[in-house]
Amino acid sequence: MTFVLQLVTLQNIPMDTEPKFFETNPTAGVVGQPLNRVDGRDKVMGRAKYSAEFNNLPGLVHAVLKTSDVAKGRITGFDTTAALKQPGVLAIITHQNIPKLAKTPNDAEGKKAIGAPMGYLPLTDDRIHYAGQPVAVIVADTLERAQYAAALLRVQVAAEKPLASYEDPKAQLFDPTKIQDGKTQAHVVRGNAQTAFAAAPIQLTHKYTHAINHHNPMEPGATTAHWEAPDRLTVYESTQGVTRTQKALSTMLGLSAEQVRVVTKYLGGGFGCKGSCWPHTVLTVQAAKFVGRPVKLSLTRPQMFTSMGHREDQTQTLRLGATNDGKLTALIHEKTSTTSPWDNYAESNSKIVNMLYECPNFEASYQLARANVMTSTFTRAPGEAPGSFALESSMDDLAYQLGIDPIEIRLRNYAEKDPSTGQPWSSKSLRQCYARGAELFGWSKRNPKAGATRNGRLLVGWGMATASYPVHNSQGMARARLYADGHAVVQSGATDLGTGTYTVMTQVAAEALGLPVEKVRFELGDTKLPTAPNSGGSVAAGTVSSSVYMAVQDLWQKLIKVAVLDKKSPLYRAKLTDVEAKAGRLQLKANPKKGEGFAALMKRADMADVEGNGQGRYGSGYEDAQAAANADPAKKDEAAHHSMHSFGAHFCEVQVDPDLGTVRVTRWVSVHGAGRILNAKTARSQIIGGSIFGIGAALMEGTVRDQNLARYTNASLADYHIPVNADIPDMTVEFIEEHDPYINAMGVKGIGEISMVGVSAAVANAVFHATGKRVRELPITPDKILGTKAV
Amino acid sequence: MNNFSYIQANSAKEATGIRQATPQAAYIAGGTTLLDLMKAHLEEHPQLVDINLLPFKGIEQTSDGLRIGAMERMSDVGEHPLVLQQYPAVSESLLLAASPQLRNMASIGGNILQRTRCGYFRDAAFPCNKRVPGSGCPAIAGDNHNLAILGTSEACIATAYPGDLSVALAALDAVLTLENAKGKQRRVPVTEFYVLPGKTPQRETVLEPGELIVAVTIPAAAHARRSTYLKVRERASYAYALASAAVGLDVQGGTIRSARVALGGVGTKPWRSPEAEKVLTGAPATEATFRAAAAAALRGAQPRDDNRFKVELAQNTLVQALMKVAG
Repeated sequence: MTFVLQLVTLQNIPMDTEPKFFETNPTAGVVGQPLNRVDGRDKVMGRAKYSAEFNNLPGLVHAVLKTSDVAKGRITGFDTTAALKQPGVLAIITHQNIPKLAKTPNDAEGKKAIGAPMGYLPLTDDRIHYAGQPVAVIVADTLERAQYAAALLRVQVAAEKPLASYEDPKAQLFDPTKIQDGKTQAHVVRGNAQTAFAAAPIQLTHKYTHAINHHNPMEPGATTAHWEAPDRLTVYESTQGVTRTQKALSTMLGLSAEQVRVVTKYLGGGFGCKGSCWPHTVLTVQAAKFVGRPVKLSLTRPQMFTSMGHREDQTQTLRLGATNDGKLTALIHEKTSTTSPWDNYAESNSKIVNMLYECPNFEASYQLARANVMTSTFTRAPGEAPGSFALESSMDDLAYQLGIDPIEIRLRNYAEKDPSTGQPWSSKSLRQCYARGAELFGWSKRNPKAGATRNGRLLVGWGMATASYPVHNSQGMARARLYADGHAVVQSGATDLGTGTYTVMTQVAAEALGLPVEKVRFELGDTKLPTAPNSGGSVAAGTVSSSVYMAVQDLWQKLIKVAVLDKKSPLYRAKLTDVEAKAGRLQLKANPKKGEGFAALMKRADMADVEGNGQGRYGSGYEDAQAAANADPAKKDEAAHHSMHSFGAHFCEVQVDPDLGTVRVTRWVSVHGAGRILNAKTARSQIIGGSIFGIGAALMEGTVRDQNLARYTNASLADYHIPVNADIPDMTVEFIEEHDPYINAMGVKGIGEISMVGVSAAVANAVFHATGKRVRELPITPDKILGTKAV
Repeated sequence: MNNFSYIQANSAKEATGIRQATPQAAYIAGGTTLLDLMKAHLEEHPQLVDINLLPFKGIEQTSDGLRIGAMERMSDVGEHPLVLQQYPAVSESLLLAASPQLRNMASIGGNILQRTRCGYFRDAAFPCNKRVPGSGCPAIAGDNHNLAILGTSEACIATAYPGDLSVALAALDAVLTLENAKGKQRRVPVTEFYVLPGKTPQRETVLEPGELIVAVTIPAAAHARRSTYLKVRERASYAYALASAAVGLDVQGGTIRSARVALGGVGTKPWRSPEAEKVLTGAPATEATFRAAAAAALRGAQPRDDNRFKVELAQNTLVQALMKVAG
């Protein structure tokens, strides 16, 4: 074969390096089909290995964290006597004896280099800044011995009076200028909102508060650290991004990225709290170095409340100005929230307020207060979820005040282009979402009067709200290897949060390769694989599917080159651009009968396998004019500079007991337009899961921080309530078929987060419709409902 | 959790004997509450004495009423035909509690000895007069959303018994049979079994060290047959009560001949309300009567910042429960 290649030169054959998007019919192949999870069987059989289950490492020992009781103070000493006397105890690591790191996040430069979520690493000094802060790592040969030794370890602390939140009268509010670690401008002004508001015939000013929420994935944070050599580390980590963890650890340890391998084969949920490398991970790695053995650490459930961030306690004030016919003229959004002693973190609530409806005047500002808490972090739909609660509640107010149907008020303010940027949407199916959702829910039968529908003693209410989530910029790589025997392995260092990445990428690869899904294995979760983005911000499905698709196209291009050089191939001497790969067959576009399957070609060429690499790019920052032109040549000129978002609508029925204050969701409909849906079943599950997450935030989730001691009083799953089956009715989920040529090679927008945007407002709006009482404080617990009986 | 030894007792005598020799030892039955307490370092015991082999079994009619062995499981009792028919409030209180898995494990005796869900008690990092006498009660000025409004003291406002069963038992005049190391048995009404916190919130019941709960006996009565348990919580299942009411009425010709009322989730112990019963007895079975009874039941309430809603909630819960049994 090499002989043939030497005879013919490729120089003059034009190469089709830019694969055309949307060449495959989205409904014809396996992409989009409700394929069962390819990893389902391994999970239910207990064969799927999570990060705390790599128990066969030689000499594996166990670490536990000793955490601070108080929220502020100084460590004056440790009494390790009793703890060290216990059999099996290998080390008690404190700030006094922990080996120094090359870099810590304790200064701005270090924090940035590490990509740390928090500007302080515990055990770097004697300070205590928040309750639950690790003060020691105890390593022992068994978990139980480590736990007991931790209990015996005495920490002497000079406690100081902590500050618990922005609500403390002593809290000092400040203007952060930028939020989210400087990534987002805090102040946004468009038009003149103050003047427009003052002139508006309809003026609504309301305050909305949101409780602290914790992600509480089923699998807690867990790290298994194994130093295979003094300069070679493997970490099995419960993370949404192996590459981000690799970068953080290698930077802190002073190693090159190549020397640190991070593996996450399975993840039991993340919801944002596993999107960053938190202190317990590097502490475990340091402990492993300290004792010279592999070390495993699993956070306890109470520790999950003080180790991996949270959604911050916050108040939003939204001022809404409108005309008498319900057209928005001004939106002014102010947010006040609690942050840590070091970081200016706040969810960017105002973004969705700025873009959801046509409104010529907008202004946003943020205020923060430092308190003795760890830094909050992204929590599913960070900003969009609480921001939409405020906006969509106020839109509901506007509808009732003017006697306009809640859907109609939204249609009157429908944004034909992105009001925040003036850019056209890459695609938007919100009108269809409203219409289909209303139809499925039976919205036309709604009694427009609040507090007027009953089911026996119970008050019945219907509410709806709009959902939207942006397509963030992201890129990643994948590798596809096709074997001559018709099997393939496709790889990308992505994470499957448990939502179906293994499954949908198998489908994308199988369809692109023309193979049955059983013949394709998709591998992920390892820094040894091509780099993929963090699974966060809903980017994974779009980016990874595009990179997989591109990798397979690369592989076909390689085979096509072999075919056109092979005298025995029906495609010999064909122009590369005239050949296509379809259903595993290489053929002439003009004459599909002329061609051959890859197996015959590879056999003649004595190729055991062929490999392709691809880069997937996703979001408006990577918008490709060529991509759009491929989909629709007429649109070539308008390609690029689109605003990219998913949209949807939630419809909710609640039944409220006016005497007992209980609210139960009794019906639910969600309809979304989110680009191409890769798997009807896993997508439906995503939307159901996100909606339940939102119903939890709406009705019951809230971590309570004692305002005197700055310590949580309900840090357990018995006392921090998340919905149980009995709280959730059958849910109806549909997608509007949407073909977006601008987003990425696969036209996928991602659905991890939009599913919970608008949910709490839909519930609150239904509660208002049921009771006539507007609750603007989440969660809507019985104490906030009582007293509605007279209404 | 600390290291501990484990021994299985074959008889009550053996069990109480071990406790006498090792006063810090604890009995373990279903373990659903004890192990949680030990894992959180809220209780430490050098030895656990497994009492699952003890013959405190049986659900049977006796001349004193229904006798339920302390080692019976919540699920078995809750689903027993006699309980369902004769004491619906008891059945409902059991089946609305916890989860099926927990109900299958948890014993009746263990349920009666559950400890508070007060967040300050459940986290050893906080001061707590119940856990560490004299250390203070941060709940009074802190997060008291879930805590008691009746029977509180300056030392403690926890709902010491957070569960459901004992609320129904308190309402229906149930009596506990206890046995000590000498094999001597005594009978204590559930209403007298739990004690108010006062200055000693660490003492929650009259159970003497080493004493075992042998059985609970619930007298038969017309108001027991016409009883119910209503539980209000922030989610539809698997949560402790914000407020609950166990009520039983004997109504004849529209007039209440006898009434039994107890409240859960609002008192520092299962809160029997003779005040409400006094209003109800002899009065017409109407909503107005029930409202008056509810007002009487909550008259002495001392709510705090976060649990003020419980006054209204408990009254409404009681009214709804009474409406249900009144038919």
